[in-house]
Amino acid sequence: MELLLQQVVIGLTNGMVFALIALGYTMVYGILELINFAHGDLFMLAAFFALTLIGALGVDAMAGPGLYFALFGVVAATAVFAGGLNWTVDRVVYRRLRGARKLAPLVSAIGVSFIFQNIGLFWGGAPMEVFGGGTAAAAPKAFPDLLPTDNLFGLGGLHFTLKDLVVVVSSVVVMSVLFGLVRYTRLGKAMRATAQNPVAARLMGIDVDRIIGATFLIGGALAGFAAVIYGLYINTIHYQIGYQNGLYAFTAAVLGGIGSIPGAVLGGLVIGVVRAISDQAIGAEWQPAVLFSILIVILVFRPTGLLGSTAREKV
Amino acid sequence: MRLAFVLSCALATGLAALGGCKKDGGSSGNPAVVKIVSSLPRTGSANAQTTTIVNGIKMAIEEIGGKVGDFTIVYEDWDDATAKKGDWDPEQEKQNADKAAADPDILAYIGTYNSGAAKIAMPKLNQANVSMISPANTYTGLTKPGKGEPDEPGVYRPSGKVSYFRVVPADDIQGPAAAKWIKEMGGKSVYVLDDRGLYGKGLADLVEATAPDVGLTVLGHEGIDPKAQEYRSLMTKIKALAPDAIYFGGTTQTNAGQLVKDMVAVGLEAKFVVPDGCYENAFITAAGADNANGRVFITFGGVAPEKLTGKGAEFVAAYQKKYGTMPEAYALYGYASARVVLDALKRAGKKDREALRVAIGAYKDEDGPLGTWSFDENGDTTLLLMSGNTVKDGKFEFVKRLDQ
Repeated sequence: MELLLQQVVIGLTNGMVFALIALGYTMVYGILELINFAHGDLFMLAAFFALTLIGALGVDAMAGPGLYFALFGVVAATAVFAGGLNWTVDRVVYRRLRGARKLAPLVSAIGVSFIFQNIGLFWGGAPMEVFGGGTAAAAPKAFPDLLPTDNLFGLGGLHFTLKDLVVVVSSVVVMSVLFGLVRYTRLGKAMRATAQNPVAARLMGIDVDRIIGATFLIGGALAGFAAVIYGLYINTIHYQIGYQNGLYAFTAAVLGGIGSIPGAVLGGLVIGVVRAISDQAIGAEWQPAVLFSILIVILVFRPTGLLGSTAREKV
Repeated sequence: MRLAFVLSCALATGLAALGGCKKDGGSSGNPAVVKIVSSLPRTGSANAQTTTIVNGIKMAIEEIGGKVGDFTIVYEDWDDATAKKGDWDPEQEKQNADKAAADPDILAYIGTYNSGAAKIAMPKLNQANVSMISPANTYTGLTKPGKGEPDEPGVYRPSGKVSYFRVVPADDIQGPAAAKWIKEMGGKSVYVLDDRGLYGKGLADLVEATAPDVGLTVLGHEGIDPKAQEYRSLMTKIKALAPDAIYFGGTTQTNAGQLVKDMVAVGLEAKFVVPDGCYENAFITAAGADNANGRVFITFGGVAPEKLTGKGAEFVAAYQKKYGTMPEAYALYGYASARVVLDALKRAGKKDREALRVAIGAYKDEDGPLGTWSFDENGDTTLLLMSGNTVKDGKFEFVKRLDQ
């Protein structure tokens, strides 16, 4: 029983990270009906950016309050970097294809994903200490373990460290801010209006392109935040983490109902917990099979996902 | 010149003859050049290890001035990995093998690094009678009858001849040695994991099979998804069983480093025992030196470069002088593989795939860098070297010989 509880705790913590990435997918889909395949790789580049920053500023050698201050700075800078990059990609690539058929931006997104992956491969070869001297560009990089790993429940019993707590609490805070933003601000209202009907939104005087740009900016910033959290929590990054995590996050977004922000969070948590329980009860080798079987079953009975709405029909 | 030859051939007898021209190509190509190629994962995290193998090959060729008799040796360094996979790619290995088989100048193929890749290249090269020498494959079934799948190794030898040789000891020595070593270090129980690959699963199965014989309880055996982000749930499950050791049949590329990190993260105290696929500095980097120190134990079919004596030590000294770094563990096997080919070519005395194959089979090394050894009838080395190593202060450290 305790073991089961432990697995649920691990699953929820992991699920938080998936949920953070899933939000970026779901926001862009909600507003553009574009599955931004490059989102996972944006997350990867953000993780590389964060590691570079940590190496360049010597954050890994700091301690005490200075460390937390520096980490906060790294999070902020990475969020700006990833948000800016995502905004730029939209401005340069997707925006030009707004009037094109749906497949054009989709294929471009796959292209951007490949470009990002190769940039990551180059970046991994940077001649820096944190990248292992840059001799093996594709090798996994160790992301320093900067958060305290003291168990909050003492020795024995449930294993839940301060590090896990930081992951959970900071994710919840960021998600709450996002909910608030979408729900209660003018920008959020404009985003919801654009998602519901871009043409009508434009007629109401909403600058649709600016709103879409803002969506990319916010989604990217979330990926940047997720990247730092992921690095500090998992402690390994490499140029392919975007693909793996992107797949899980995309699945989370679909599971929760793509386009729905609470759905993405719920989907991420469900995936995290299902993974953990499946490892415990069935075996690690069956994890992807179990996960995707459950996804299929849920989608058969609820084609719009757990919290997806059927309200929006495009004619 | 060559183009003209092929063209005339095609013009005279039509396209069907083109194949014919290629077939008796043993004598075509450039008669003064013998090409040796290597097919190793050069893109991806095995790069550091394969770079030193390639350096070893180059050193062997430079030693003899790049010439054997009247033949100029041309060496090409081929990659069987792709950026997309970050590891060896079956499609790329297949292409490499086909390319080698079709080029009449290529007489020897040094590779592969991964046993799974060897499985693909072996039958193709065997049919074309190109000799293949692996510096790193250890999966037992590649050469030894009755130790792998029922149709192994015959399925890799469609021509019936032995054209695949390896200079490293196979896993039927390494697997049991690991189980025995765990017991010697005071372990009573082990949890076996593998990466579901040919190499990793083969070894894990051997450890599981030998464990009862040496008095070791196997608490479980399961495969992992080598692409997974983390393994905390798995490690939590294992922690509840409290094994003395975890054996992982896998490599750095199949996430051995993350397993170490996650066992530390969930507070699981056990020895982590891995095979030679993790015997590279990239593994320590991936696991984090603090996590690996004193916790990780590695078996390797050979001894650490700094522990070598005689010709082996001379090689290490020459290597350091030339490249300015210590070679990784497999450099010596790269060097040995190339020496085998060059020596056999000298004895064969002609540019002929069959003659070279026979000469390699008859190779004998006395007091060479690896000691005194030859190939047995399966193409396996007679060398039974096996060492146990650990990690200390972020560096590999030799513990003991396991083969004695």
